[in-house]
Amino acid sequence: MGSQPHDGSGHRTAAADRHHSDTTLRVNGKPHTLTVDHRRVLLDLLREDLGLTGAKKGCDHGQCGACTVLVDGRRVNSCLLLAVALDGCEVTTVEGLAGDGEELHPLQRAFLERDAFQCGYCTPGQICSAVGALAEAAAGHPSHVTDPATPSGEPVPLGREEIRERLSGNLCRCGAYPRIAEAVEDVIP
Amino acid sequence: MNGTQTAVGSGAERREGREKVTGTARYAAEYDFPGRAHAWPVPAAVARGRVTAVDPAPALARPGVLAVLSHENAPRLAEPEDPTLAVLQAPRVPHRGWFVALVVAETPEAARAGAAAVRVTYEAEEPDVTLTESHPGLYVPEVANGGQPAVRSQGDPDGAFASAAVRVETAYRVPPLHNHPMEPHASTARWDGDRLVVHTSSQGTTPVRSVLAAMFGVPEEQVTVVAEHVGGGFGSKGTPRPDVVLAAMAARHTGRPVTVNLPRRLLPTVVGHRAPTLHRLRLGAAEDGRLTSLVHEVATHTSRIKEFVEQAAVPARVMYAAPHSRTLHRVAPLDVPSPSWMRAPGEAPGMYALESAMDELACELGLDPVELRIRNEPDREPDSGRPFSSRHLVQCLREGARRFGWDGRDPRPRSRTAGPLLIGSGVAAATYPVMVAPSGAAARALPDGTFLVRINATDIGTGARTVLAQVAADALGVPLERVGIEVGSSDLPDAPLAGGSSGTASWGWAVHAACTRLADRLAGLPGPPPAPGIEERADTTGTADAESPFARHSFGAHFAEVMVDTVTGEVRVRRLLGVFAAGRILNPRTARSQFVGGMTMGLGMALTEGSTLDAAFGDFAESDLASYHVPAHADVLDVEAHWIDEDDGRLNPMGSKGIGEIGIVGTAAAIGNAVHHATGVRFRELPLTPDRVLAGLLAHERPAGTVGR
Repeated sequence: MGSQPHDGSGHRTAAADRHHSDTTLRVNGKPHTLTVDHRRVLLDLLREDLGLTGAKKGCDHGQCGACTVLVDGRRVNSCLLLAVALDGCEVTTVEGLAGDGEELHPLQRAFLERDAFQCGYCTPGQICSAVGALAEAAAGHPSHVTDPATPSGEPVPLGREEIRERLSGNLCRCGAYPRIAEAVEDVIP
Repeated sequence: MNGTQTAVGSGAERREGREKVTGTARYAAEYDFPGRAHAWPVPAAVARGRVTAVDPAPALARPGVLAVLSHENAPRLAEPEDPTLAVLQAPRVPHRGWFVALVVAETPEAARAGAAAVRVTYEAEEPDVTLTESHPGLYVPEVANGGQPAVRSQGDPDGAFASAAVRVETAYRVPPLHNHPMEPHASTARWDGDRLVVHTSSQGTTPVRSVLAAMFGVPEEQVTVVAEHVGGGFGSKGTPRPDVVLAAMAARHTGRPVTVNLPRRLLPTVVGHRAPTLHRLRLGAAEDGRLTSLVHEVATHTSRIKEFVEQAAVPARVMYAAPHSRTLHRVAPLDVPSPSWMRAPGEAPGMYALESAMDELACELGLDPVELRIRNEPDREPDSGRPFSSRHLVQCLREGARRFGWDGRDPRPRSRTAGPLLIGSGVAAATYPVMVAPSGAAARALPDGTFLVRINATDIGTGARTVLAQVAADALGVPLERVGIEVGSSDLPDAPLAGGSSGTASWGWAVHAACTRLADRLAGLPGPPPAPGIEERADTTGTADAESPFARHSFGAHFAEVMVDTVTGEVRVRRLLGVFAAGRILNPRTARSQFVGGMTMGLGMALTEGSTLDAAFGDFAESDLASYHVPAHADVLDVEAHWIDEDDGRLNPMGSKGIGEIGIVGTAAAIGNAVHHATGVRFRELPLTPDRVLAGLLAHERPAGTVGR
């Protein structure tokens, strides 16, 4: 059997077999138990099983970053993660960044204000990646361009060069990079 | 009118922006109709030959596989005008990667596994995929892309060149390039009896509807094609591509809705590419720099099934005053994928070569390259003799030079260093023609005092919804927030595609006409219109496409500052500054994004983007985003776009020229010229990757025979 799309509530799951396993993930705060085709990557689980199409399929090979989401708070290329390996994980997608209210996440607002996109296809990935990058810098993770003299474990200040470096895994063919860097800069406290 | 405020000219925020930043904007593969199946194509594994057998059994035996389509069993379709759409109709393989089968399955995983299991056997023939300047297959076509004559000649260019005081004879090469929009080409199709509904990633769905209706033999009114959001196209989605035909075919065959979401690495072979161009230029000038002779000859390739000729010598017909000139295109049909449009076809590679050669001439003359261009400013379009509707190239050059800080530049190559870095600056001009096509539009006044404009424009990221609402608001004389707009469906009034930088001009003209008429009717009414409102329609056929006595083009100037690392050969663009004269800028916020975006793609063309056809396998060696390097964040440091406001009443009611493509034109030349200024080495083949640059620097420092000493 090929894996069937599920409604996400867990009650239509087929029995686990050699090629399928029951997997539970929390996505944007809600638990989902699915019987997952072992070949299914997180990106396809989000898009096909849960109808969360904010994460985009740009290359399906981890080359473009359009599928970036947060797993347990860290940014990942969701096209490279087998869903079955994520049992118990907490996933946040672009749809879940803002919470339940009408308010946008500050990065979403900054992207709008800076016109930091055109076609919009890389945008959810850029925004999720920026959320992850800001957290990494706050936690003291260095990047390729971080001054080696920066004290270990201290938050890394994010200038333009750091932002560009840290977001280089997210391609934008419309060439919105300068505006994206400005938008990210806008939300740095 | 609402006071002195106008919507046009304001930086209105994108109307669909909120959907895009929250992930709710839906693209073609994201319509999950009940029972939807997924299809995965099988690309040909030979570069030339024919399919002798397709064995679907191993694929059909796999779980979840619903059908395997090939030329042996696929629905027969009427022959399309575009031969690249005649998929699964015949056993012939015109190039590697041509689709020879399609697997339809319950899930994308099952479809992919099924596609890998289909057994296809071929009778292979020896392919020829390598373009050379002396290829025996080269011929002079009747026309190049855009209907441009393949050859134009004035005076005696060879004689004038031979007797010129200063001569530059040079050659440039641009490799195949790939559009690679971030959203792969994708389509979701479903049939309801003889009615077909398709969601597709396209730059214009009115033509897609016509093509599908003709191929599937159904009346156009039974076909609806929707492209609500499109994740970029850059020309590669200008006309229907195989994905939409395959989706409709698979949906008809299986009776299920079917999505075809093309894998990234299959795109280069089936959606079109910028064909490689080999340029030969001869510039003859007087001592004062005035051109006496200009020859630009281009050789390029096309496929065996379609003649597409990248019109790269065409901008030389527009740019400079030269009494003697020849512009010529030759094309060789090879066993290669069919080339097609990529952002500024013709102008992008052509201006790279011409503007690099102009820089060589400036060096030869010892003349400032900005000044050289100003001295060759024509008072009429050189090739046609027509007056320009407006031309502000000189102003762009001067304004750019001022903003960039060009004055005081030491013209000597290698005059600026910083440790192992060589620093240089360069300039190049840009041009792009004004194009416009007839369009329909409808505008309705509603009883609540709001308005609804309907037109099958496509927003591929340009901000079409936003700018058309601005045009409508001003034509109606109402605030922008009272104007609603619907675009992106072939059920709306017919409109041309988003391409050739013509979208806003074409659609805006029709929107303006419909809204003006509606405003006139409303002026005669005492109050708001009764339900269901009042509608006016417009069709600009006969007006928008009327022949103009004027030569209409946008112009621009690019300035680049580069750093060249003498240890690694890496080129970094420190600053890129463009100034454009493109008529009236209707929305500065979205316009700036388009200019900067074009310049960024030009930066990629200069430094990172290049594809090669493998001579043995006939495949593009760089077929995915790991091997074909589009610029990333870290490559793009400081890109600035400015413009000069033009008041040109010979264009359209908005006075706009089109801005989607000119940003890429000339960028690569400005960067290449800056690299020459930095290093003293003239590189004549793109892209300027570290391996090439390092080899050039070594050859410059240690001429042949001295390496290793």
